[in-house]
Parts: sequence; structure tokens; C-alpha cells
Amino acid sequence: MDRFFAMGGYAQYVWPSYALALVAFVGILVVTRSTLKKREAEFERLKRERQDG
Amino acid sequence: MHKYANPTVFMRLANAVLPWAAGACVLLFAVAIPLALYASPADYQQGDTVRIMYIHVPAAILGEMVYGLMAAASATYLIWRHQLAALIARAAAPIGAIFTALCLITGMLWGQPMWGTFWVWDARLTSMLLLLFLYVGYLALGDAFEDQERGEKAAAVLALVGSVNIPIIIFSVEWWNTLHQGSIFKMNGEGMKVTVSPEMLAPLFTMMGAYVAFFVTILVLRMRIEILNAKIRNARITQAAAPMVATQAAQAR
Repeated sequence: MDRFFAMGGYAQYVWPSYALALVAFVGILVVTRSTLKKREAEFERLKRERQDG
Repeated sequence: MHKYANPTVFMRLANAVLPWAAGACVLLFAVAIPLALYASPADYQQGDTVRIMYIHVPAAILGEMVYGLMAAASATYLIWRHQLAALIARAAAPIGAIFTALCLITGMLWGQPMWGTFWVWDARLTSMLLLLFLYVGYLALGDAFEDQERGEKAAAVLALVGSVNIPIIIFSVEWWNTLHQGSIFKMNGEGMKVTVSPEMLAPLFTMMGAYVAFFVTILVLRMRIEILNAKIRNARITQAAAPMVATQAAQAR
């Protein structure tokens, strides 16, 4: 197990690469989903206002 | 074919694709990551740093492919005025920028142990950095104008002009001397030649597939955002115009 994490002595290069990919992908997914939710709510609000007014 | 140019029809198709793309993405990553980190061999020269390749190479290829898609969509938008094309380009750009940035940073993390330096200003690295700047410029330009359509057109022109960079990136390792290693796939007289061992191709291809599925998933979600943005803009314009029209009507009376 230790050998796996040591990555043949290159742990400090290999693991950050994978961590960075994870952060980048999860990051864009989270940002995209929250933006989508916000826009959906905003559009619904505008639609309601138009119906009321 | 033309009916897919209709955003409503296209989005119905895109929404049907979404769960499959998301599922394929999860599945492919679940296979690719253990293959890349554990089941594949270390390189006889590069040791375990070769595992960075499975993150780095698909990021590079996707960064270039997404730009190609963006440039093609921008051309379609400029020539035929297809709103759907502009929408695809704008939705794709931030994802392509992320792939390109990931490629650059993992490249540095691979370069330091193998070349002894994080960065060299050679053709491959410089043209890839330029690709990132083109993405950033495209995104900034699209938002830089009061008039939405002017911004979109300016950004589309930039995307088209910048597409000259793509062949430069691809052939840079053949045209100029570089520290960067050559392509994994080489075309010669007899066809395509693969320059890595088959044990490394399996994780590379599954990772590639996972990246593509991820791109499609995020692209569909971002296209929904862009459609909502357009709808919100339209609703605001009619809303802002409504009281004005009412006053004018009152004055006319």
C-alpha cells in the first residue's frame, strides 16, 4: 500500500495531477449546476411577475 | 437535418442524451482511474510519472477538440446566423478552458521530474498557453459589450481567427525542436502507428472516453443555462418596454 502511494518516488507530481483533475471537474460541475438552478429560479420569478402585472 | 437547427428540437435531443452521457462518464472514470493509477505498468524510462499522461493527454486533446467545435460553431453562427450555433460555442468555451488549463498544469507537474523544469518556451507549450488565452479572450469579449449580439459576433470572430493555432499545436512537435515528446499516434506511409504499449492504451482510451462523456454532460447543462439567459433577457426587455408602451398609449389618448 505504501508503495502504491509512493508512486516510485514521484508521489509529489502524480497525486497533485489527479487531485487537480478532480477539483477541476467537480468544480465546473458544481458551478454549472448552481448557475442552472439560479437561472431557473430567476426565469420562474420573471414569469410570475409578468402574469401578476 | 435542418430541423436540429431548431433549439427546441435540439434541446429535446440533448436532454435525452444527458443521462446516458452522465452515466457513461461515471462508469468510464470508475474503470479508467484504477487502470491509470494501479493496473497499468510504470514506464521503463519515466517510471510512475507516466501516470500523469492519463490526465494530461486527454485534457490536451479535448482542449483542442472543444476549440475546434467552438470555431466551427462560431463560423456557422457568423455565416448562417444560427442562434443555436452561438449557444453551443458559448456553452463549450469554459469547459475547453478548464481542459486546457488542466493540460498545462499537469504538463508542468510532469515536466519538472522528467525535463528538470516546469516550463520551457518552446512551440508546443507556448501554443498551448496561447490556446488558453484564446479561450479566456473569447469568454471576456462575449461579455464586454452592452449589446449582447455585438459581443457574440466579436467573440465568434476571435474564435475563428484563433483556430489557426490548432494545427500549430498539433504539428509543433514535428516542425520545431522541442523537449516535448512526439505524438502517441504517428501517421506514416503505411498508416497510423501507435507509439505506446497496449497496456497503456487501455487506461488512455477509457480516460479519453470519460473526458468526452464529461464534456457532453456539462455542455448540455451549460446550453440550458444559455437558453435560460436568452429567455431572461427577452422577458426583461418586454417587461421594461411594457410601462413605456402604456405611457405612450395614455399620452396618445
